[in-house]
Amino acid sequence: MTTTATAIGTTQVYRVYIKTTPQAIWDAITQPEWTERYGYCGRVDFDLRPGGRYIGYTSEGMRAAGAPEVGVDGEVVEVDPPHKLVQTFRMAMDPAMAAQGFTRVTYEIEERKNGVTRLTLTHELEGAPMLAVLMSGGMEDQGAGGGWSWVLSGLKTLLETGQSLDAAGHQ
Amino acid sequence: MVTYPAWVTDDDLVFKALADPTRRFLLDLLFQRDGRTLTELESELEMTRFGVMKHLRVLEDAGLVVARRSGREKLHFLNPIPIQLLHDRWIGKYRERHASALTNLKTELEGMA
Repeated sequence: MTTTATAIGTTQVYRVYIKTTPQAIWDAITQPEWTERYGYCGRVDFDLRPGGRYIGYTSEGMRAAGAPEVGVDGEVVEVDPPHKLVQTFRMAMDPAMAAQGFTRVTYEIEERKNGVTRLTLTHELEGAPMLAVLMSGGMEDQGAGGGWSWVLSGLKTLLETGQSLDAAGHQ
Repeated sequence: MVTYPAWVTDDDLVFKALADPTRRFLLDLLFQRDGRTLTELESELEMTRFGVMKHLRVLEDAGLVVARRSGREKLHFLNPIPIQLLHDRWIGKYRERHASALTNLKTELEGMA
């Protein structure tokens, strides 16, 4: 996959359909017991009110490899459980990415028919081309994870099967 | 319009959507630059506006394209998750278990040439 920033727009949209309830998806995004089981597997600390802080901690594995404690930081912008969460988002653990400042992530959770819930993630990445490459999966070959599509497919697998993708040797 | 079940990530819809060169070309256009309007996409193809709309509809039904309103415009975004799921389901396991030795050999041989 190409890793040139010019190949990627400034807004990324990801959508996944999960056989679960909106509340289960909300919990999986906002509760540390869930976030340590998929994607980058770090615990989150959300103060779920406008202006509240958001910290995404690194996983034990990342810290063992020399990463600092705080992976991502930001602020909660809008909270409407279990339907909508808007937050700012900055990759704090990498100085070059941190210097590109805060971006904006919106989660929209909508119940569909037949027990299926639709999760749409919109990441507005203006001014943060390095983070845009990371979140589109462009640094997976360097061991930086597969970005949002990897995170959200892991979330789907966890909620539908109770299993982590990592357990299946995905990473 | 065809009515599909609510979970449109069905593998059949994704394979069907990908089985057409125009639709793959549209996905490549969005991969190069995401968030384009119908008019922008249409300008890259020798096809009627209606034809492009039909292809975009198939891509949207398969979940490969997500259309979002931005003011008066409708922007089209590439959603890579159905492809990620196809990869996890159909490609990853074959590649990892059986095929990696062969592809490594192919890469080595081609690298030597």
